[in-house]
Order: sequence, then C-alpha cells, then structure tokens
Amino acid sequence: MEIFKLLSITLGAILANNFIFSQFLGCCPFLGVSKKVDTAVGMGVAVTFVMGLASAVCFVVNKYILIPLDLAYMQTVAFILVIASLVQFIEMFLQKAMPALYTALGVYLPLITTNCAVLGVVLLNVQNGYNFIESVVYGITGGLGFLLAIVLFASIRERLVFADYPKCWDGFPIALITAGLMALAFMGFSGLKVW
Amino acid sequence: MNLGKQFKDGMLTQNPVLVQVLGMCSTMAITTSFFNGIGMGVAVTIILTLSNVIISAMRKIIPDKIRIAMFIVVIAGFVTCVDLSIQAFLPDLANSLGVFIPLIVVNCIILGRAEAFSYKNGMVASFFDGIFQGIGYTWVLLAMCIIREFLGGGTFGGGVLGAVNEAGQHVGIQIFPADYGIGMLTLPVGGFLVLAALIAAMQWALARPKKDKEESK
Repeated sequence: MEIFKLLSITLGAILANNFIFSQFLGCCPFLGVSKKVDTAVGMGVAVTFVMGLASAVCFVVNKYILIPLDLAYMQTVAFILVIASLVQFIEMFLQKAMPALYTALGVYLPLITTNCAVLGVVLLNVQNGYNFIESVVYGITGGLGFLLAIVLFASIRERLVFADYPKCWDGFPIALITAGLMALAFMGFSGLKVW
Repeated sequence: MNLGKQFKDGMLTQNPVLVQVLGMCSTMAITTSFFNGIGMGVAVTIILTLSNVIISAMRKIIPDKIRIAMFIVVIAGFVTCVDLSIQAFLPDLANSLGVFIPLIVVNCIILGRAEAFSYKNGMVASFFDGIFQGIGYTWVLLAMCIIREFLGGGTFGGGVLGAVNEAGQHVGIQIFPADYGIGMLTLPVGGFLVLAALIAAMQWALARPKKDKEESK
C-alpha cells in the first residue's frame, strides 16, 4: 500500500497537480529565469534539491520542536527561517566544494529563498499530514515537476524570438500565453490516478 | 515627498503586478471569485504597509549583509498575525485562500518594496508607498476576478453578493446562464491568459503617449 501511495504522490506532483500549472506555486522564477534552457535546467535542479532538503528539515523541526512546545502557530516564521538558512548554507557549501556549479547558478541561488514553491511544499506537507518519507518524496517530485515545466517552457520561449506577434505582447504577456497553453496541455493529466 | 507621483506609480506606471511583474503566483491562483480578490488584496495591503513602516524605521540599524533575512522575519511576523486573524474572524476566506495566506511571506511585492523603497526612504513616504502599492495590487486582483468570474460562469460578485447556496456562501449575481460561460477561464489556464491580456493592455497603454510624442517630433 505504502508504495502505491508514494507512486500516486509522485505522479500527482510531477504531472496531475504540477506545482506551476495547477497550483501556481513558483511562478516568479518560472517566468523570470526561463529565457535560456541551460539556466532553466540549473534553476530547476537547485530548486529540486532545496525542496527535498527543506521538506526533510522542516518535517523534523515541525514534529520535534514546534509541536511538542505547542508553537504550531509559529510554523510560517520557523519554516521561512529554516529555508533561508538552508539556502545560505547550500550557497556556502557550493562555493567551496563545487565552484563551477556555484558560478553557473549565480544570482538564482539566493532567489530560491523567495520561491513560493519551497515554502508552499513545506506548508502543504503539514496540511496533508504526510509522514517523513512522504514529505521528502513530495518535496523531491514536486521539484522534478518544476524542473520539467521550466525546461519545457524555456525551450518554447527560445523559439518565440522568431514568432510574429503584436508589439504590445512583447515580453511577459506572450510568455504567459505560452504558459497558459502549456497548463491546458497539463490538464490532460488530471484524470490520472493511481489507487 | 511627492504623494501624487507615488499614487500614480502605485496605480499605473509602477503597478506591482502589471509593470513590475511581481507577486504573480497569488495573482493568478486566487482570482476566481470577487470575495477572494478583496480578501487577498486587503491582507496584502495591510502587511505591506506595516512592514514598509517597520523596515523604514529600522533601516539605519539593519546591517547591509543580513538585510534580506531581517526583512523576511519582519514580514513573516506580520503575515502570521494576519493569518491568525483571518482564521479567527473570516473562516470562509481562510478556507478559500488556503495556503496562499502564509505564502504572502514570499510574495515578491512585499520583499521587493522593502528592498527598493522602504530601505531607502523615510517612514511617512514608506507608509504611503505601502498603501498605494497595495491598492495597485488590489485593483488588478479585482479586475482579474471580475473578468474571470463573469466570462467563466456568468456571475458578478461571487462570495459577497447574490443568492446563498446550501453551504451558506453567496454565489454572486447571475448575469447569463453558467452553461454559456467559458469554463476554462475559471481553471488555472484562465489565470495565465487573463493576466497576459491585462499586461499586454498595460504595455500598449504605456507605450502609446511616447509614440505620439515621437511622431510629433
């Protein structure tokens, strides 16, 4: 049973309830960092990593610190602090251990703190009452869904340069239309169910 | 300090959603009924104003290197207050906005204004900046709610006006039968498309006077 539940979380997070196309979490980096495919891949991988790690750490913080101390109302503050320090920590670690990846991610790394997909996944874990493994799986697969969406979107956006459309639709509007059409395509997955 | 210019910036020329393109997630996610739009708009305006004032007051003692962390702690504090108040006094609103109330913490509008405006300006100016930017955000939310609700289901003012359904919620005034509506617009897809149209309209409107001037030269 357990494995089926994990499978259904995975499929839901990547396809049916994709973080961007059906829950609108993480739209800012999705629109901001999707002009080129390689930066989009970097951002997607970094977000996946942070989401998985944040899910694990916040689950522990929530279960063993906040709930025993009766501080559940401080969840938002505690989680955002955990995420912010986690991102800072990853930044320092990458700078020392993997300077190549660090320079490739550049300014996007600190921006992950304000990515609502990260805080969103942590809050949704609590709301859905997931246990530790389910939380981590939801975090990682949610990140993979984000990666899939941003890479597909960036590769379409690269081709938009050659498209012919009215001048006032330049920039964000045409990108949003593209995203809307992709959301329509992703709605096709909504009947997908693993019991 | 120039109130008129700040007002115009917030409403149009520097509108947080349409021109600065910040806070997209909540703008697209919750604009399905009039009630949601008002609730979210007011909540963000209150938090933005309070955090702007506090950050402006502390701007001289916040060390430059950890300012983002400090901003987030201040904002998270206010968001928690507003979140708990909404859960206590407006449970309907808390249900329909769901996870998006705590997510105001990472709404880029608030952090963006803290970084771009209140960290550099005085308290009074920051206070008005918070109010005007908040109202600028609210009107865009309301415009999106009205368009999506009307074209999607043929209603106006859902959650606030009209008949009451079994769940005790107002369903809005039915202007044309729901069967004739474009159901797609109430789904996530509609959020992307309507916002795209609004931003395009804004870019068209902002570009027009410049073009006239160029032509007259």
